[in-house]
Amino acid sequence: MKPQDKHIGGTLNRVDGHLKVTGAATYSAEYELPGMSYAVLVGSTIAKGRIKSIDARAAERAPGVLAVITHFNSPKVPGFTPTGKDPSQPQTVGGRLKVFHDDLVRFNDQPIAVVVADTLERARFAARLVKAEYAAEKHETDMSAGLKQAFVPTQAKKNPKSPVADYVRGTADAYKTGTRRLEAEYIIPTEVHHPMELQSIIAHWEAPDRLTLYDKTQGTLATRRDFAKEWNLPEENVKVIATFVGGAFGNALHSWPHESAAIIAAKKVNRPVKLVLTREQMTTMVGYRPHTWQKIGMSASADGKITAITHEATGQTSSYEEFTESTVQQTRMMYESPNVNTRYRLAALDVSTPIWMRGPGEATGAFALESAMDEMAYLLNLDPLEFRLRNYTDKDPENGKPWSSKFLKECYQMGAERIGWNKRQLKPGSLRDGEWLVGYGMGVGTFGAHRGSSKANVRLLPNGTVVLQSAVTDIGPGTGTAMTQIAADALGLPPDKIRFEWGNSQFAQAPTQGGSAIVNTVGPAVQEACMAMKEKLRTMAGASNAAFASARKEEVVFADTYLTLNGNPGARASYADLLKQTDGGFVTVESKPNGENNQKYSMYSFSVHFAEVRVNPLTGEVRVSKLVSCADAGTIVNQKTAGNQMKGGAVGGIGMALMEAAVMDDRFGRYVTKDLADYHVPVQADAPAVDVLFVNQPDPHVNALGTKGIGEIAIIGVAPAIANAVFNATGKRIRELPITPDKLV
Amino acid sequence: MNQFQYIRPSKQQAAIEAVARDANAKFIAGGTNLVDLMKRGVMAPQKLVDINRLPLAKIEHENGGLRIGALALNSAVADDRQVRERQPLLAQAINAGASAQLRNMATTGGNMLQRTRCPYFYDTALPCNKREPGTGCGALEGINRMHAIFGFSDKCIAVHPSDMSVALVALDATVLVSGPKGDRRIPFADLHRLPGDTPEKDTTLEPGELITAVDVPDGPFTKHVSYYKVRERASYAFALVSAAVALDLDGNTIKAARLAFGGVAHKPWRLQTAEQFLVGKPATEETFRQAAAVAMQGAKAFKHNEYKLKLAPNTLIQTLKNAAAA
Ligand SMILES: Cc1cc2nc3c(=O)[nH]c(=O)nc-3n(C[C@H](O)[C@H](O)[C@H](O)COP(=O)(O)OP(=O)(O)OC[C@H]3O[C@@H](n4cnc5c(N)ncnc54)[C@H](O)[C@@H]3O)c2cc1C
Ligand code: SF4
Repeated sequence: MKPQDKHIGGTLNRVDGHLKVTGAATYSAEYELPGMSYAVLVGSTIAKGRIKSIDARAAERAPGVLAVITHFNSPKVPGFTPTGKDPSQPQTVGGRLKVFHDDLVRFNDQPIAVVVADTLERARFAARLVKAEYAAEKHETDMSAGLKQAFVPTQAKKNPKSPVADYVRGTADAYKTGTRRLEAEYIIPTEVHHPMELQSIIAHWEAPDRLTLYDKTQGTLATRRDFAKEWNLPEENVKVIATFVGGAFGNALHSWPHESAAIIAAKKVNRPVKLVLTREQMTTMVGYRPHTWQKIGMSASADGKITAITHEATGQTSSYEEFTESTVQQTRMMYESPNVNTRYRLAALDVSTPIWMRGPGEATGAFALESAMDEMAYLLNLDPLEFRLRNYTDKDPENGKPWSSKFLKECYQMGAERIGWNKRQLKPGSLRDGEWLVGYGMGVGTFGAHRGSSKANVRLLPNGTVVLQSAVTDIGPGTGTAMTQIAADALGLPPDKIRFEWGNSQFAQAPTQGGSAIVNTVGPAVQEACMAMKEKLRTMAGASNAAFASARKEEVVFADTYLTLNGNPGARASYADLLKQTDGGFVTVESKPNGENNQKYSMYSFSVHFAEVRVNPLTGEVRVSKLVSCADAGTIVNQKTAGNQMKGGAVGGIGMALMEAAVMDDRFGRYVTKDLADYHVPVQADAPAVDVLFVNQPDPHVNALGTKGIGEIAIIGVAPAIANAVFNATGKRIRELPITPDKLV
Repeated sequence: MNQFQYIRPSKQQAAIEAVARDANAKFIAGGTNLVDLMKRGVMAPQKLVDINRLPLAKIEHENGGLRIGALALNSAVADDRQVRERQPLLAQAINAGASAQLRNMATTGGNMLQRTRCPYFYDTALPCNKREPGTGCGALEGINRMHAIFGFSDKCIAVHPSDMSVALVALDATVLVSGPKGDRRIPFADLHRLPGDTPEKDTTLEPGELITAVDVPDGPFTKHVSYYKVRERASYAFALVSAAVALDLDGNTIKAARLAFGGVAHKPWRLQTAEQFLVGKPATEETFRQAAAVAMQGAKAFKHNEYKLKLAPNTLIQTLKNAAAA
């Protein structure tokens, strides 16, 4: 293959870019079906109690209304199996909320009714006419109360090896006896994903036992499984389409009440039902990064070696579902330390269930760990980069295994140089730019280089186009583009001869988009499927052509209309002839991780973020003036989309550090920051031009492509880098995010 | 949204009559505030009287001042050459508000009449005396980070959100109003009111009164001016605290000063005592600190807005420094 034919590592433009910028990409809510009806959810206005009555008469009489569904009249959902017990005893580790199933209110703005009408406006109008009466009970939404009742997650109780179970290396709480020690608490408020696209679904019962969903989901197959189960249907009777997803950041990793509601409504009115959440409902109905309390204890020797770390974390969850995440994982494996222990707990409150939000628990945990690293470096009078180097690990201290690959030191070097780390002063408040204080900070991130198993379908069309199909979704990282590059290289074809189709549960099995695992997992399946198709076509051609029969698949070349052989242009097998044979080269391949490698190696992606901030000493305003993000993510398949991922993550980190917080009035258990005027995410002016640097060294063990994953490490470590820079600028250590002007003034 | 009637008269008198006659009618200009409130169920006018056909969009200079029509767009005013030259403070304040897209829709009259952003006001499931008199003030004992430190009552502690208004009150503007009983002029400082026992009333306008223009008198404040807005992100956020400062300097001596705060009260908060304090003093940081202390007399905080007691004077100092250096 000529070097210019190599697409992996290149900068192919997004294959769907044109569709997206011209508005031709169809998102879930944009499908039009005959007989479409529109649903609007009515939320509870108390946080806990019982629904005594619902007066839906005015709504039902309103123009265009087809149905008002509540727990009084909802069609029975077979999967909402009764507990057999008194329904007033909800289980603590229950499943998803069973919408319109009983009279219990478990959180404020819980869907208690859905209004279906012939237009959206009419549904919205009628929804306002629905009046509920409650028997309210005393609710608890205050984290400080939740912390007092924090408990060990059931998952950890059942399995002491679970990643959320307590972990001890050496002696627990050994930092307490250290001479140079610190103990500090760190708090992350509730943060909301708020992707640009609102959560939306169209539910269409094509037959009484056949359901099609146009749904905003990160996993077409997970959604299919959940709703097949809910309605007691064979999975193949449920079709889920999610071709375009306008961002999700994790909030479409779970199935939510509004999806159940739309399906119930479609059943009731016997028409397709479109349901789009309002921006306000995005805060309460589709998860969030949980409010998390953390404590780090750390001790170190005079020469800057960590002697002990203790990391405790308690995350908020709902009363009906236990949501856990890997908040304390980074502490177990990032730094050499003979004594490390972690404790992870949950605080159940009368709120809806949280869900992973980009970087998820690791990003929350890194804020605590990486802030504490900065605090300890300061205590030791050491440069924080030097402190990290002194505690660098060449193998995974959690399990003693070698890393599959680790180039974090290289990241440190590249990033420090790019930001101008040598300008940083140990003493806070030493640098100024005019009136503004200037500071530098760093934060490290890591995330498991996960790879699951996946299938891919591939076939050749008579015009020489190769079509691949995968159930995987593309929520924005450029999955379709990366897969096109991988297939192009595997087949030696230009990308425009490849058509990668995704986002449909009827395509080949693939995992849910999340956990930075998609290129790692689906990439090899695509690669292997292409190779297998090549071999299959070669054999088919070989049946009537000796040159093909004796050739190796590496020699096969796809020309415009025929197959030929490298170095033997005379050998030709036309696609037309080949495709006359039974299945036209159709191949399905399943690709699995190498279990032996998984046993032998510890696999992680790494990142480091360097921030330069300016702080106004009078007003406490913080501006991130420079941000450098370096990643060791293995092979970079596409410099452009990968760079995009890193930049998006960095900007998300700015939001986390400086402005994002969902604030609740605990008297009502109700959020007061429900729109984008009150819940702040960064605007363009908040983001400097982010400098992205990749080590771009293939990992030899995760998969044949050498990839390790990018999406999460793009944000993990950004918030502490900024918080540490703020400390360096001002001498003020802010341990509760976000760092708003009121905390610095 | 509720059903409503919509009319678009081309005669000013017809528009005024339509609103004066009907207690449930509202003028609509850019709609960027009113439509939001209607969608959220906070306001439910039964009739909208669209005033965009009225000839009220002119920006003129006459009789020693600028006359800015009520329908002049925020972006048009901020970009107007006359405004930038004669009243740069006003241009700065407008540009500190909202986003370019909103400023392209928002009008001068609508901007000054935009309603508070208090989250309790916006959520019909929560108590709010301004939205529903008698239900109680949700913010008083609730989340009151963004709320007032001056001029509040136990019925309402909300703040007026407009940036433009802060500059207009500092610049001694006058609002021109036309109503069923004829025309009148309202000093800008008297347009907005304090909540007292009737927080549902934001302003002193009578039913049916239409703002037709605002007059901004020429003054010496063409150079040493600054509008500084402290907010939680670089743009597109309401002020935690903002300050408008206009100075007339003779060398380093302050001849005259105009000062106002935004984000601290139910109305744009003019600081006359601090202005008087500044006259004749040197434009130094020390003077500014003293003036800021004067400006803060009488301020009182609630549970979550204690920081404003420090942020407000610091913002004023910063703005004074910026203005003196401009
Ligand atoms: C997301 C967002 C962020 C924002 N951020 C800021 C900010 O940072 N700073 C800021 O200052 N503003 C901000 N705004 C508010 C914006 O400036 C106002 O919405 C806008 O100025 C209102 O003008 P309008 O013409 O659209 O008013 P409309 O919505 O049309 O009307 C507002 C009110 O004024 C009345 N009215 C309008 N014109 C007249 C008239 N001539 N006579 C009598 N009554 C009249 C209407 O009846 C209505 O009650 C923001 C708005 C949004 C949506
Ligand atoms: S401060 Fe005013 S607007 Fe806010 S809740 Fe109280 S009464 Fe309503």
